[in-house]
Order: sequence, then structure tokens, then C-alpha cells
Amino acid sequence: MTMAPETAIDAPVLELRNVSKYFGSVISLKDISTSVRAGEVTCILGDNGAGKSTLIKTLSGVYQPDEGEVLMDGQPITLDSPRAALDAGIATVFQDLAVVPLMSVWRNFFLGSEPTKGKGPFKRFDQATAKSIARKELKDMGIDIRDPDQAVGTLSGGERQSVAIARAVYFGARVLILDEPTSALGVKQAGVVLKYIVQARDRGLAVVFITHNPHHAFPVGDRFLILNRGHSMGDFAKNEITREELTAMMAGGAELEQLAHELSRDSADPQVREAGREFKDEAADLGIAD
Amino acid sequence: MGAVSATADERVAKVSVFRRLLMKPELGAVIGAILIFLFFSFLSPVFHSAAGIANWLDPASTIGIMAVAVAMLMIGGHFDLSAGVQIGSAGLIVGILTTHFHLFIWASIAVSLVVVLAIGAFNGYLVVRTGLPSFIITLATFLMLQGLNLGLTKLIINTVQVGGIREEPGYDSAKAVFASQFTLFGQEFQITILWWILWTALATWILMHTRFGNWTFATGGDRNASRNVGVPVKSTTIKLFMIVSAAAWFVGTTEALRLGSMQANAGFGRELIFIVAAVIGGCLLTGGYGSAIGAAIGALIFGMTSQGIVYAGWDSDWFKFFLGAMLLLAVLSNEYVRRRAATQKKG
Ligand SMILES: Nc1ncnc2c1ncn2[C@@H]1O[C@H](COP(=O)(O)OP(=O)(O)OP(=O)(O)O)[C@@H](O)[C@H]1O
Ligand SMILES: [Mg+2]
Repeated sequence: MTMAPETAIDAPVLELRNVSKYFGSVISLKDISTSVRAGEVTCILGDNGAGKSTLIKTLSGVYQPDEGEVLMDGQPITLDSPRAALDAGIATVFQDLAVVPLMSVWRNFFLGSEPTKGKGPFKRFDQATAKSIARKELKDMGIDIRDPDQAVGTLSGGERQSVAIARAVYFGARVLILDEPTSALGVKQAGVVLKYIVQARDRGLAVVFITHNPHHAFPVGDRFLILNRGHSMGDFAKNEITREELTAMMAGGAELEQLAHELSRDSADPQVREAGREFKDEAADLGIAD
Repeated sequence: MGAVSATADERVAKVSVFRRLLMKPELGAVIGAILIFLFFSFLSPVFHSAAGIANWLDPASTIGIMAVAVAMLMIGGHFDLSAGVQIGSAGLIVGILTTHFHLFIWASIAVSLVVVLAIGAFNGYLVVRTGLPSFIITLATFLMLQGLNLGLTKLIINTVQVGGIREEPGYDSAKAVFASQFTLFGQEFQITILWWILWTALATWILMHTRFGNWTFATGGDRNASRNVGVPVKSTTIKLFMIVSAAAWFVGTTEALRLGSMQANAGFGRELIFIVAAVIGGCLLTGGYGSAIGAAIGALIFGMTSQGIVYAGWDSDWFKFFLGAMLLLAVLSNEYVRRRAATQKKG
């Protein structure tokens, strides 16, 4: 009575132990361990193709690990489909957003989790409820959707991303996973997303946040997992790493400096040289080059 | 804030009237049906007489029952090339079980339903299991069933036509349900017309107002995204194939009871007609878009054209030409609608 529940409370909501994932001969993830705790934000960082999306897809039931295990509340579980993950309270904003372009905003919002009314053969999709909730949730996000009946395919990239985020925030009961949610967003909407991440954390959700932007990651993150070509470069708590170290690790410091150098010096085109100089200044601002 | 929402509303009003109309999948079919009705009415006064209407509503109704189910499957992103031949299978099972094995007719009809539903489940299972295009899978079932219909019929009754269903006990009650006539304004109409309306209404309700309908559109629109948000893509697909089979059972039973006999090659080649009717009704070949009402109107266009050409005194060869032209027009306008109203906007 005393021991078991206490360890269960202490255990991370989600944990990966030595997880590997292969696609044929491609090693997408190798021997990755990390944990996501309630009331914490875990950031996953790394270059393009580092395996970030593959990692969160093993957390959201899209892929099953080839080696290693996934634990929820300290117990090994098999998330054999995204449905199973959703039922376990894990909601995800996928990088490709997982929206159906030809369907309306509110149908997409509730897709797979439609509210119903009526009994037996008369059980039906409660559309009035779905419409009003979808409209409210999007409005709270600061997204002025012209018309919830509009097909998602006709929305702008940022609006589409907002629909996917609002949906995951609404349905994520225990874990919220966001794969580059701010990539297509303006400054204001990106700020709203960061606010949402903090709010979800404060509500006691475990949040997994993938981003390329250290200015977004550092302020909200409690843990930082850095991936490179499928391997872990380290799993740091916030007090173990500075913003500059993190930025340098994310951007691959020296390589970036080299790149800026080449652009500003070697090009014959003065405009490209100018761009290179600006790029170098920006790198310096980020604290990874002088 | 008030000013902001006011401008937002204006934007809605401006975009929507045009887009909403275009977004109605059945719009083109409705316009086409009206034009065709006026055209043949102009050519022959019999066409719009009560007798004429009863005459072209009859083929429209059986094609319509199938087209509505085929449209649901197409919205879900799949084709069923075995839909036509399953009509034959269903009717043959009813015929052979009652006349040769002397099973009570209602029992035969029930067995027929079970067998044909199993064929649909088989189609659906293979499609979701292998991930192969449904075109190929159902082409295989189409060929196998064609062989089985002929082969088994010959093996069991030594001929290619099952006859004498009318003499079997229970025929009258079964005929009353599936193949009787009703009178309206002094004109006899086939009861299949009522069933057609019922099937269309039911399919529309399912598509627009149930979770299953939402999943159907989603599965056809983007299978991967649907799976990732927890839509049961596989079971939805299998059920859609079974719905087509249920329609084939209904039409097959109707035809066996109406004629009192069934040919072993019944239904061959009709699968394309159903697909054409669904496309004329606004279904996209790529899935995720379409309507049951549209498919029903597509079937109506079929019925009107096939009979209209006869009333106009033309050679029936023109029927095929008309149909081809209509299909082309429908595909082009569907493609336009899709681009115009529902494709991904950059940025
Ligand atoms: N379904 C798949 N089949 C084959 N290879 C795959 C598959 N999914 C991912 N990979 C490979 O695994 C590696 C990691 O991909 P992943 O999408 O996880 O990268 P990422 O870190 O999310 O990159 P990005 O920042 O560009 O989103 C890549 O080399 C990719 O080609
Ligand atoms: Mg990715």
C-alpha cells in the first residue's frame, strides 16, 4: 500500500529505455533513453534528420521501437497505434500536422474523437458541440478562423498549424507532444504556443517540445535531449547547461562559423558576401561565433 | 474587438457564397440532370409523362442503390470492381438455394446476404492487410467471382440459368418487399424507387451525421493523418467494402425475384456504371470528397439518358457516347472544384 503507489507517483509519466529504431539499413534512433515528467517540459533538439520525429512517433504510437522499451508511470506499455496513445492521454502535434485538407476545420478538430449524442442506432456526431468548442479553442489561441466550415486545405500554413496545436492541447490529458509547432507561425502566434506549453506544464502535463529555435527552447525547457544522427549527445537538466552551450550544440558551432566565413569571404557576388556577413552577425548574436 | 469581428464576418460573406456552392459535390450533377430532363422532354413528350418517368426511374433506382454504396467507398478512397459481379452472386445464391435445394426463400435471402458480406469483408481485409491498390485486389475478386458464378452454377444445376423462383413457397412475400410495384397518380412505379430513396437518405445521414461518416471522409482524404489522430482506418475501410456488398445483395435479390430467374453472367461489367454514376455525382477519384445524393443523381442521369435515347428514336449506340462525354465533363469539373475550393494554399 505504501511503497508501490509512491514509486508510481515519482516515476516519470513517460520513459524511453535504450530505444532503437531502424528503417531497413537506416539507423534512425540508436540506444536512446530519456524521461518526461509531469509538470516538466522536455525539449528534443538536433539537426534535420537527427531522429527527433522518429523519437516522438515512438512516444505517440505511430512506430513501435525495434529495441528497448517505453514505460508509462513506470510500467512497460505497448503503444501499438496512435489510438492507444490517445487513449492513454498522449496527444501529439505531428510535424506534418495530421490534418485532412478536404475536411472542414471543426471536423478536423474532432477527427477520431468526435463527441456523440443519441443512443443505439441513432447515435450521431454532436456537430453543434463540436463546432462551438472548435471555434472557442481556436479563438483562445488568437486565431481568427474566418469560418469553421472552411476546408483546412484552404487555410494558411500557420493557421493549419494552429488548428493542429489547439486540437492537441484540447485532447492531451497527460502528455502533450509538439513536433516543431512554431515553424510556420508569426511572432505573436509562436508566443501563444509557448504560453500554452507553459500552461500545460503548470496544469501538471508532461510536455515534449521539438524546436530548432534555442530562443524558444531554453526559456520553457526543463530537460534537453540532444540528438545527432540517431544517437544521443546528452540529456541535460536545465541547471546542467547554459543557453550558449545549448545553442552551440544545436547549431553545430564550429561548422556554422566556417559556413559564415566562407559566405562572407569567398563569394564573388557582393550581395552574397553581404548576406554572409549578416549571417555571421546573427551567429555571433546567438553566441556561437565571434 | 467589435471592429475586428465585423471585418472578419465580411470576409466570410465574400468568399463563401461562391465557394459554398462550389463545395457542394452534387452541384454539377443537379445541373446536368435538369438539362438532360429538359432536353429529352423537348425531343419527346412521352419522356415527361407519368409512364415515361416510371420507365426511366426504374433503371435509375437499381443503379442508384449501387452507386450510393460505391460512392461511400470512393469517398473512403477505394474502388470495388467486383461490385457488379457480386449482384450476380447474390441473385444466383437466392435462386439456386430456393429452386435446387428447396430452402425457404427468406432463408436463402439471408444466406445470400451472409455470403456476399463475407466477400466484401474479404476484399476490405485484403486491401488493408496488403496496402495494395483496391483496384488490383478487387479486379482479382472480380475475375474469381466471375469464374465461380459460372462454374458453380453449371456444376450444381447443369445450366447457366436458374429459373422457377416464382413457383417456390414464400415467393409472394419476398417479391412484395423487393420487387413489387406501387401506384401513384394512376401510374405504376417499381418499389425499388422507394428503396433507392431510402438508401440515399440513409447513406447521406451516415456520411454527414455519424462518426463513421466522418471517418469515411478522413480515411479517403488522408489515410496516414487519419490513423495518426486515432481514426480506425482499417475497420472503416472493411465496413465500406461490406456496404457495397450489402447493396449488391439487395439489387441481386431484387433482380432474381423480379425476373423469377437469374443468369450466371448477371452483373458482369456493371461495376463501371456505378463508378461513373458516382463520379458524375461529384465523387473525386482520389477519395475524400463526394456525396450520396450526388451519386443518386448520377444514377438518375443514367436512367434518363438510356431511356431518353429510346424515346427520341435514336440508335442506342449513342448512349455510350453520351455517357463518356458526361463522365469527361464531370471529371473535369470535379477537378476544377477541388483545385478551386479545397487544395492546399501555399504559405
Ligand atoms: N518511414 C521511414 N522510412 C525510412 N527512413 C526513415 C523513415 N522515417 C525516418 N527515416 C529516416 O530516419 C532519419 C531521422 O528522421 P526524422 O524524421 O526522425 O528526423 P528529424 O530529426 O525529425 O528531422 P527534421 O528536423 O528535418 O524534422 C532520417 O534519416 C530519415 O530519412
Ligand atoms: Mg522532424
